[in-house]
Amino acid sequence: MKKVMVGNHAVAWGVRLARVEVISAYPITPQTQVVEKLSEMCADGTLPARFIKVESEHSAMAAVIGASATGVRAFTASSSHGLLYMHEMLHWAAGGRLPIVMADINRAIGPGWNIWTDQNDSLSQRDTGWVQLYCETNQEVVDTTVMAFKLAEQLSVPVMLMLDGFYLSHTAEPVDVPDQELVDRFLPKRVAPYTLDVDSPHAFGALVRPDAYMEMRFLQQDALQKVPQALETIEKDWLRMFGRSYGAVEAYRVEGAELLLVTSGTVTSTARAVVDARRAAGEAVGLLKVKMFRPFPTTLLRDALRGVPRVAVLDRNVSPGHGGIFAEELRSALYDLPDAERPELFGFVLGLGGRDITPAVIDEVIERARTATVPGREDLWVGVNP
Amino acid sequence: MSQLRIADCVPEGDLLTSGHLACPGCAAPLAMKLALKALGPDTIVVMPACCFTIIAGPWPQSSLQVPVFHTAFATGPAVASGIRAALDIQGKFDTTVMVWVGDGGTFDIGLQSLSGAAERNENILYVCYDNEAYMNTGIQRSSATPWGAWTTTTPAQYPEATNKKDILAIMAAHNIPYAATATVAYPVDLIDKVAKAKAMRGTRFIHLLSPCPPGWKCGDDEGIELARMAVQSRVFPMLEVEGGQRWRFTMEHAAEPVEPYLRRQGRFRHLTAEQVTYIQAEIDAHWRQLVRRTEAEALTPA
Repeated sequence: MKKVMVGNHAVAWGVRLARVEVISAYPITPQTQVVEKLSEMCADGTLPARFIKVESEHSAMAAVIGASATGVRAFTASSSHGLLYMHEMLHWAAGGRLPIVMADINRAIGPGWNIWTDQNDSLSQRDTGWVQLYCETNQEVVDTTVMAFKLAEQLSVPVMLMLDGFYLSHTAEPVDVPDQELVDRFLPKRVAPYTLDVDSPHAFGALVRPDAYMEMRFLQQDALQKVPQALETIEKDWLRMFGRSYGAVEAYRVEGAELLLVTSGTVTSTARAVVDARRAAGEAVGLLKVKMFRPFPTTLLRDALRGVPRVAVLDRNVSPGHGGIFAEELRSALYDLPDAERPELFGFVLGLGGRDITPAVIDEVIERARTATVPGREDLWVGVNP
Repeated sequence: MSQLRIADCVPEGDLLTSGHLACPGCAAPLAMKLALKALGPDTIVVMPACCFTIIAGPWPQSSLQVPVFHTAFATGPAVASGIRAALDIQGKFDTTVMVWVGDGGTFDIGLQSLSGAAERNENILYVCYDNEAYMNTGIQRSSATPWGAWTTTTPAQYPEATNKKDILAIMAAHNIPYAATATVAYPVDLIDKVAKAKAMRGTRFIHLLSPCPPGWKCGDDEGIELARMAVQSRVFPMLEVEGGQRWRFTMEHAAEPVEPYLRRQGRFRHLTAEQVTYIQAEIDAHWRQLVRRTEAEALTPA
């Protein structure tokens, strides 16, 4: 069934298809439509879930933690300051190995107040133990929401999917809504190995002394390291059943490339058009879309970039005092390549707080990446007029 | 109250085992034991950070024979709301979800979450065992610490300078079905109130006074007696509020002077006679306020 919908409604459709049982959320621009659509679906019975309308994001995450620990499928959504306010409980969800799925509508952090997109909200949650998947289209949002539950429940890790605020959250696109019966076959009812059960009482999250704490973190790390393989298998199933797949990393027109752009989120679509134009002009420019940021797809990226002369990373985020976050992580991923195969990598910080990244901006990135000299490692800011 | 009455009314069997890690003389495990006698095994406990995080025992042990979900400081009522929703959608309507947390997690950091849950009238039981300071971290003041008390953050030269927050009135103002005070000095009353709360639906709140010998600077064997003195001197009256409106004393209060209660505790040792007089005046004023509330109840048609 094809429907035209905005990204926020695509999230809600994914949640409905996954037959989520408990939702808890708090409104924040530009995520609010997710909450509204899910409220409608719960009210009209198309999604027979309990929706807890809490008084804060901290409580929203706490409530879905309680629900997930009781064995049901649970979901929340937030953005920006709301996600930051959840931070403590993001750790609690991941450390508690609860397969919660949430959507974050990427939005900049204040001050000054800014409701437009950048990735600093979700990237500042990178060490919480959540899988992070950045989406490019509304179709990808619906599909990823459903797949996220399968991944989360398989490995007992929480999964966060990201949409660029407004550029995706409020942009309408045609979406092929997967058939519910097929989705039910793909994602059966959750079977939780351990739950709060009065017939089998256990304590969850109790005090753990130094003799056991590290083992718990090791097992968490072990599960996260299994994510790339598990996601690949899940995507193969999705491809077989629904005819679409995305990959943790997608290579676009990379054959013989002299320069590869590395992108995430909706900038990818703009970059595709720029790459097409460059290829049409005979230039060897390609694109790598990084969908999965946590766990960081080190092996996939190393293989994809081995021997490429130059790489330009587009970061719609910044770690103040360091640089663009995808660029920094990619640099360390490529460190182990032999000198002869290691690309020259240039990081570009751009598009913060919703500033447009137009084809002209990406053209500027390409020119600067081609002419930048080494060493010149500090990340380059694009379009700044200080 | 006779021995026979206690024997008749206290159910046998404990869901709190020996081997818990409470300090000697701590009232909290006794309160938990009594509460669980009233609730029975069809109970899930949500435990935000508090002394009981330690008392319950470290992994892989648990002194509680019911499921326990340990959680972060501010989140008890929100986690309980999620558990409730998940139980309901599985048709498990009869299981009691009880938040068990101290005064810091209730009066201070958890108040927003508690207010949210009470406003939604979540079907949960919330028990605050109040030892009147952050005892687990080593006796720092909370907004439940009484005026004039010494703590490590309110030294005797500059003791606690504000009155204790009136948490019962705050919770009653949410118009929840049930709010009550209780204490381990009156175990039958405590069990009766928990049992009454268990039988109701919606948000139920019980404020338990829980003496803490290390924090109150009293003997290990003095907690129960001090709790009784707190009630009889009207420092901590025994009350019920139904529907947020109907206030009722649940026992006679003897109107004993507060001074002996204060003088038994090292945390009040520095108080001057004038300061004790001030405390007595505050207690009397609060009592008059409570009498007006309970009389208003008497005038209200049932």
